[in-house]
Amino acid sequence: MEHAFEPTLLWAVALLPLLGFVINGVIAFAAPDRKILPTLVGPGVVGIAFIIAVINFLGLRSAGIHEPFIESYWSWMPAGNLQVAAAFQLDQLSMLMTLIVTGVGFLIHVFSVGSMKSDPGYARYFAYLNLFVFFMLVLVLGANYPVMFVGWEGVGLCSYLLIGFWFTDPEKADAGKKAFIVNRIGDFGFLVAMFLIFTNLGTLDFVEVFAAAPGAFAYGGVVVTAITLFLFLGATGKSAQIPLYVWLPDAMAGPTPVSALIHAATMVTAGVYMVARSSVLFALAPVSMIVVAGIGALTALFAATIGLAQYDIKKVLAYSTVSQLGYMFIGVGVGAYTAGVFHLMTHAFFKALLFLGSGAVIHAMHEAYHHTHRHEDAQDMRNMGGLKKYLPLTWGTMWVGTLAIAGVWPFAGFFSKDEIIWRTAARAVGPFEGWFTLFWVMSLVAAILTAFYMTRMMVMTFHGENRTGEKERKYLHEVPKVMTLPLVVLALLSVVGGWINVPHALAELPVIGWIPHSEWLHDWLHPITERADAIIAQNVGGPAETSPVGGGEAVWALISLAIAVTVIFAASRIIGARRYVPAAEAPPPTGFFRVLYNKWYIDEIYDRIIVRPVVTLSRICWRFIDQGIIDGLVNLAGYFSRGVGWVGSRFQTGQVNTYAFAVVIGVLFVLGFVVLR
Amino acid sequence: MVELSLVLSAILFSIGIAGVVVRRNAIILFMCIELMLNAANLAFVAFSRMVGIEGQVFVFFVMTVAAAEAAVGLAIVISIFRHTETVDMKNFNLLRW
Repeated sequence: MEHAFEPTLLWAVALLPLLGFVINGVIAFAAPDRKILPTLVGPGVVGIAFIIAVINFLGLRSAGIHEPFIESYWSWMPAGNLQVAAAFQLDQLSMLMTLIVTGVGFLIHVFSVGSMKSDPGYARYFAYLNLFVFFMLVLVLGANYPVMFVGWEGVGLCSYLLIGFWFTDPEKADAGKKAFIVNRIGDFGFLVAMFLIFTNLGTLDFVEVFAAAPGAFAYGGVVVTAITLFLFLGATGKSAQIPLYVWLPDAMAGPTPVSALIHAATMVTAGVYMVARSSVLFALAPVSMIVVAGIGALTALFAATIGLAQYDIKKVLAYSTVSQLGYMFIGVGVGAYTAGVFHLMTHAFFKALLFLGSGAVIHAMHEAYHHTHRHEDAQDMRNMGGLKKYLPLTWGTMWVGTLAIAGVWPFAGFFSKDEIIWRTAARAVGPFEGWFTLFWVMSLVAAILTAFYMTRMMVMTFHGENRTGEKERKYLHEVPKVMTLPLVVLALLSVVGGWINVPHALAELPVIGWIPHSEWLHDWLHPITERADAIIAQNVGGPAETSPVGGGEAVWALISLAIAVTVIFAASRIIGARRYVPAAEAPPPTGFFRVLYNKWYIDEIYDRIIVRPVVTLSRICWRFIDQGIIDGLVNLAGYFSRGVGWVGSRFQTGQVNTYAFAVVIGVLFVLGFVVLR
Repeated sequence: MVELSLVLSAILFSIGIAGVVVRRNAIILFMCIELMLNAANLAFVAFSRMVGIEGQVFVFFVMTVAAAEAAVGLAIVISIFRHTETVDMKNFNLLRW
């Protein structure tokens, strides 16, 4: 069923948040104390954009088109044979991303109304948040790499502005700068990849690049491998993968809804989106795919170990995000683009939920400490405990999120994470069998750790004795409705979100099989991934039926479900039995736990081997090369001229006779020359 | 006859130069400059014997210019004298560094 499809007001989807930015920005400058207009405009524009996106989605679904719809607005960079148009591309992938960005974005905007209401920078906050949504939509809707790059840089800017939102605190301002600078390294990779694509294919439009690439590049060729590795370098920066993940945990200095929207649900998934978008290029470069999957697996495992030992509730979620992003990269790295995007979507639901839940907890803790004027850490889980009694709704919704991320049936994470793990096992065929088997094992271990640290977080926060303090306890209460409502909606999505892509393999199972097993998302994204799938199938072969150690998809789904449930029970027992003391009285961590608590000392190592040498080199360049050699040469020229001038000035006596004498001598010389020649 | 005139012209010119170089009095300097101009005039006249009337025409031009120059120059000397009450060139070294 294919008929003409015209998107409805596609430009308005992106421009509405920009309008919101302008209005809120004007308010932030003109009348920063006004709260009513930002409250209406901030979430409003994103809500309307979401409605338009839904209308477009329904249209696109009924049209069932195969080719992307491209809406070109103006010629942006006409330079010789480089023709870049400011164009949006609407297809199944960008549609899905638009729905996630505007939908989850709207809920987080609504939550912000509650959590930021007493902040003096209320209008400025919504201005930045609207601007972020605009750039994120430009990123996902762009029809070519440069437009995507504009969005890519724009969300980075908004991320910087929002991390350093409370810029009077130098630590927070520094966190913003760290995020910005680390991302520059990735952006360098993105740019080089764009240059390489243009020199080799002569175009930067997605449609043309992906149509030309299979003919222009040999399978596994050097050029396409270089392009994809540079693209992936960009992705590691934006999506916080090893080695550039260090900015994301620090980014938690921003307001919690920002962490939910930018540093969990949307912006950090841009790298995954970019790899999925460039699936044709990655499919042509098997080495790059190994790298993508390998970095993903390493990050998933590594960040999960750090998550085990954090006390700051937002730091746990930050490392959890890094770890889950690793899963997404495993997915797109093993060629399971649908699985990667699927996990991107479900993760947007449950991680936004968890972050907003933690925001609610911090909000309640902060207000309690505010009442008694105590300056304790409102984010430290050692100061929490037993909050279930005071924040029942937050407790319930956060458990939904925890079960979802741990991969418990029938929550969303079960389907998406399991599909990634399974597809990694299924890819353990052909020349890289050993690597993929290793990644598969790593992803399984990371899944165990995920279930453990999430349960630890929940138990420490909500269960056991309350450690907030005697006087503070009576001020702890549930957050307002405007904050709990988004939690409930996201909790619902975290439950049902996974049902849109239930694998056929699970249909044969009892109980589990009752959910409609349609693989709907797989079919929906088929027009995007079919080219890449064909390349992989042709060169590597189809996925294996059984894992490297036997057992099919359904068997391993059951095994990982059993593991998740066991770990959650075990963790709640182990952590429940521990006696925690408030952070102020707690002894410093010891042993291996200290290594994890200090994040494997990665920040210190980076400081030692990268930051300090760079600073030293800069100091040498400044003191020795610039001030010494460059300035020295300039000054030397000055001193020389002055010296010559001083010598010459000695001849100027001011006496007419002297000058006349010089003239006579000169004339005699000339005459002598003329006569005696 | 021409040779003698040229020799006289050269002697006059040299006296003029020597005066300009060694004397300090502004008035004497002026006289020396006039001496050099007239030495040149003498040379013009002497050569006009051999070449033609143009040399003698030139002399008139030179005399006109010399008269104008003397007028301007003496005016300067007078105004300097009013200022410093001396015409000794030693004191006029404003062109120095």
